[in-house]
Parts: sequence; C-alpha cells; structure tokens
Amino acid sequence: MSTIPAELSYTKSHEWVSVEDDVYTIGLTDYAQDALGDLVFVNLPEEGDEVVAGEAFADVESVKAVSDVFSPVTGVVIAINEELLDAPETINEDPYGAWFVRVGNVTEVGDLLDADAYAALCEQEG
Amino acid sequence: MKLLFERSVPGRKQTIFPDLDVPEVSFDQTLLRDKAPRLPQMAEVDLGRHYTELAKQTHGVNDGFYPLGSCTMKYNPRVNEQVSALSGFTDIHPLQPAETAQGCLRAMYELEGMLAEICGMDAMTLQPAAGAHGEYTGLLLIRAHHLAKGDTARTKIIVPDSAHGTNPASAVMAGFTVVSVPSNEAGGVDLDALRAAVGEDTAGLMLTNPNTLGLFDPNILEICRIVHEAGGLCYYDGANLNAVMGHARPGDMGFDCVHVNLHKTFSTPHGGGGPGSGPVGCKAFLAPYLPGPQVTKSADGSFSFVQPEQSVGKVRSFYGNFLVTVRALAYILTLGKEGIPEASEAAVLNANYLAHLLSKAGYTLPYGERCMHEFVIDVGPLKAETGASAMDVAKRLLDFDVHPPTMYFPLIVHEALMVEPTETESRETLDEFVSLMTNILAEAREDGERLHGAPFTRPIGRPDEVTAARKPCLHYVFDEEA
Repeated sequence: MSTIPAELSYTKSHEWVSVEDDVYTIGLTDYAQDALGDLVFVNLPEEGDEVVAGEAFADVESVKAVSDVFSPVTGVVIAINEELLDAPETINEDPYGAWFVRVGNVTEVGDLLDADAYAALCEQEG
Repeated sequence: MKLLFERSVPGRKQTIFPDLDVPEVSFDQTLLRDKAPRLPQMAEVDLGRHYTELAKQTHGVNDGFYPLGSCTMKYNPRVNEQVSALSGFTDIHPLQPAETAQGCLRAMYELEGMLAEICGMDAMTLQPAAGAHGEYTGLLLIRAHHLAKGDTARTKIIVPDSAHGTNPASAVMAGFTVVSVPSNEAGGVDLDALRAAVGEDTAGLMLTNPNTLGLFDPNILEICRIVHEAGGLCYYDGANLNAVMGHARPGDMGFDCVHVNLHKTFSTPHGGGGPGSGPVGCKAFLAPYLPGPQVTKSADGSFSFVQPEQSVGKVRSFYGNFLVTVRALAYILTLGKEGIPEASEAAVLNANYLAHLLSKAGYTLPYGERCMHEFVIDVGPLKAETGASAMDVAKRLLDFDVHPPTMYFPLIVHEALMVEPTETESRETLDEFVSLMTNILAEAREDGERLHGAPFTRPIGRPDEVTAARKPCLHYVFDEEA
C-alpha cells in the first residue's frame, strides 16, 4: 500500500500538489514512482516556462519507459528542483519530498482529488 | 567471459613487419602521442576465438524461436542474399550516370510500385533508413502539405496511447506537439476522445493498424473520417503490416501516407544493426513533397532521376540502403501475388493458434483469444497469485533457447508479454513453445520466488539496468585508472 499524505491534493494522472501563498508545488506520488520503477532520467521545464493544466510539463524515464508528468494547473514555473536532474532516484526514495516544480501566477486549476478519493483511485487501478 | 583487454599479453602480436626499406621520416613533436594507444596485444587466433565465443552467446532466428512482438522476426530467405550479391547491384557507385545503372534504377522503380500497390498508395520513396526515420519523413510531408496551403495553425499530432514510442518521438522531431488519445475497452481508439481531440490545430493522426495489442480497429474508416473532417491527415505506421498484406490496404482504410519496415515485413536483415529500411508511401497529393531524387520511367522504357517540385529535401544520402531494398524486391517476387497474402494469413493463424493454446494453458489474454499477427498476455494475474512477473517468465525462457516476447509493452497492459510468432514457424515450434510456457506456469505456481533468479543457465542473468542507465560505463577502465 502506497503512502498518500492527507494534507496534499492529487490528480488522476498521479501527481501530487501542495499550495502555499498561491504557489503550487507539484511532484509524483508514491503510487506513481512504484508503478514506474527505478527512475534513471528526468526532464524538467525551465523557470519562466508556462505550464497548462492537463498538459505534460516534464517527463521521467525508467528502464521500462518514458512517461509524461502532467501539470494540474495553468501558470508560470517559478522554480525547478534541479537536484532531481542529477539524482532522479530521489523520486523513488522520497516521492513527497522530491518536488518537480513550483508554479505561480496560476490562472486555472484542473480537477484535483483529496487523499481519500485518490486512495480509492489507486485501489481501483490495483 | 574475459574481455580482449583481459586476454592481452604484452608483446604478443600477429603481424611481423618486413625490414624498413624506405627513408625514415619524423613528425613534429606536437603531432605525436605521449604514449602508445593501449590496444589489446594478442594473436589472430585468440582474437578470432574471442569473437566466436561472443557470437555463440547471441540468439537469432537461425538459432531458435524469436517471438519478439511488434518486431516481426521472420526468417530471411537465403535467395534474398544471393540476389543482392549480384555484381550488377554491388559493383556500382551512387554517383555514376543513371544511364549506366539502369538495372538498379529499374529495381528501385519496381519495388516502389509493388510497395505502393500493397499499401494502396500512389508514390513511394526508398530513402528512409528505418521505421522511425520513415515516420519522420511522412510527418515532413504532412507538414509541407499544410504549410503549402498557408495553414500554419496545424501543430498537433494525435497518437493513441497504445502506439509505439517512436510515434510521439518522431512527431516532436518533426516540430509538432503530441496529443495522446486513450484506448477504449476493446483496445481500439476511443472515438469520443478522438472527436474531442481534433480541431483546427490538428496536423494529423498516427496510427498502427492492427495496433500493438494485435487488434484490427473495426472503426478505422470512422477514425480516418473524423481526422479528415477536422482538416488533418492520417499517417499509417506500417510496423504491423505483416498482418494484412494483400488483404487490407492502408490507402483503402483512408490513410494518406505510410511507412513500411522492409526489415520486418519484407524479410531483410533485422537486429544486429540491420541496416534497416523504411520506405514511405503517399497519396498523389503528397507526392510533390517527397524526398528526391525519385526514379521515373520514360516512354521509351528508360529510367532516370527527377527531383519532386516541392521536395522536403533529402532525408538520407543517395537512395537509402539500396542493397536492403534489393532483398525486399527478391522477397516480394519470390512470394508473388499469391504468396504475399498467404504469408499474412499464416502469420495471423500462427498467432491465433498460440493465443488459444496459451489461454487454455492458464495465461490471461486481456483482450480475448482472437488477434491478428500478435497478441498480448497479461502476467498481472499470475504475479498477484505467485509473485512471478512478466520479467521472470521472459527470463526463464532464455534457459530454453527461446528469445522472450516483448516485455512491458504496450504500456496500457502493465505486465505485458507481447507475442508475435510470424509465419516462419512450424506447428511443432509453436507446440514446443506452448509446452515451455505451460511448464513455466507450473514452476511459478510451485515457487514464484525461484523464478526471480532466472535464467539459471546463461552467463549473464539479470544485468543491473538501473545502474547501467544512471552510471553507464562507456569504456574499459585500466587498472591504473581504477
């Protein structure tokens, strides 16, 4: 059973979101990192890039496959977690610490799930 | 086994140089190396044994069954090699005048015509060197078509989530952004999702049919209609053409351009570096954009090269992997109009036979037993029951000299094993495979944990793929560097 912190929000595509002072921090959930397996590369956007709710803003590569990471919000990237680029394994080891980007100037927020609803989704996907 | 560097003995060599009988010259010191290159020092016989030992550890269609899904690892008949070794094909130069290489031009022209007929297209180019290269070339044609009409808003390519990974990659290389559409429960394209995805920004759709689940999409005419009505074009990924040759043509399904993999469907060398060949065909309205030069035939029967008017330019030097295309021509002419559809029938029959028996043996086929040329097993239920995964089953097959099926693809089946027997294999080989798979199933149920250690008889069992990807070791590390 994967960890699903109660204080975060989630997407159906397995990203987690936390909000503080209108800044949205986004990462991949424990369920997602477990399903993907050991990650070996990460591509992140650059600071200043626009992200769009529901569209890919980053990708992660495991030995099995490359997978897109989708943005839950529309806005502008104000910070990226550069440490992930050299140490993608951090996402496997500490998925809720290994944030990908912080997004500001958010103009749209997509459908988000609370921890209970997300747990139900993971249960359903097996 | 030991590496060449580990077999090296200082001073050992093969070549004995004759006495120097020309004046000695000296080079400027700045041009000289500080140290001699550290090459392995060994006798020719030891070098030969090293490579023979390596060769013994490979697996090809000549060694045994090779049901690697989506790769169509069919047997390449020897007659292809004999034909492509004819001196008229080998002793030529790409820059010699076309009038002195008429036979070669005729071979290209005739192959283009045959491939165009098989695909239902009007024109072909033989330049692309592989499948993904063909995709890229086809997408350049689509882009050129929209731009020629002054339509610069069409920037998106729609790709189903069951597609080969090369499809989105080629679309990005060609300057498009990718929109993924989900599959429906039957494994085909979700029509509502497609309708929602198309619009004024749609440049085109890329589709493999039958798809990577081995399923022919029954809605194919509607799919192409939806894309065309939105103003987009339809690209056929010919990766799975082996299922439908001589039975269904991409052009008749509504596709505007297509690539075919000669190294899959048309029995040219595959794996081990090929080289591959991915000719691209298109409908007449896209022909002006094809890469040049193109071969044409004059009224007097002679062949020459022409440059298409609005060509997207060369995608490869000269005429592609010419001798590979000669092999494909030999294959098509050997099979003929009767043999080509028969090859597809046998490929589909073999896959259905295997799918049925493996399902009966206890494997889960998530999309049913009926398939085209390949099918997907879901090892998920077995993993839940015994702990043995798709990886474990695949690795265990290595112990029995069978190349494993494609693993963990398509991505929409998490524990996928994708099996494509091809028309090459006899019923005995298929039965033998079923019996191996049945035994592995029994082993998994007896002790699933044990299969994590498979293969048990190979020199290398489970290479550490994660460390290899994160910290690749790209050259030999000598002792003093370590």
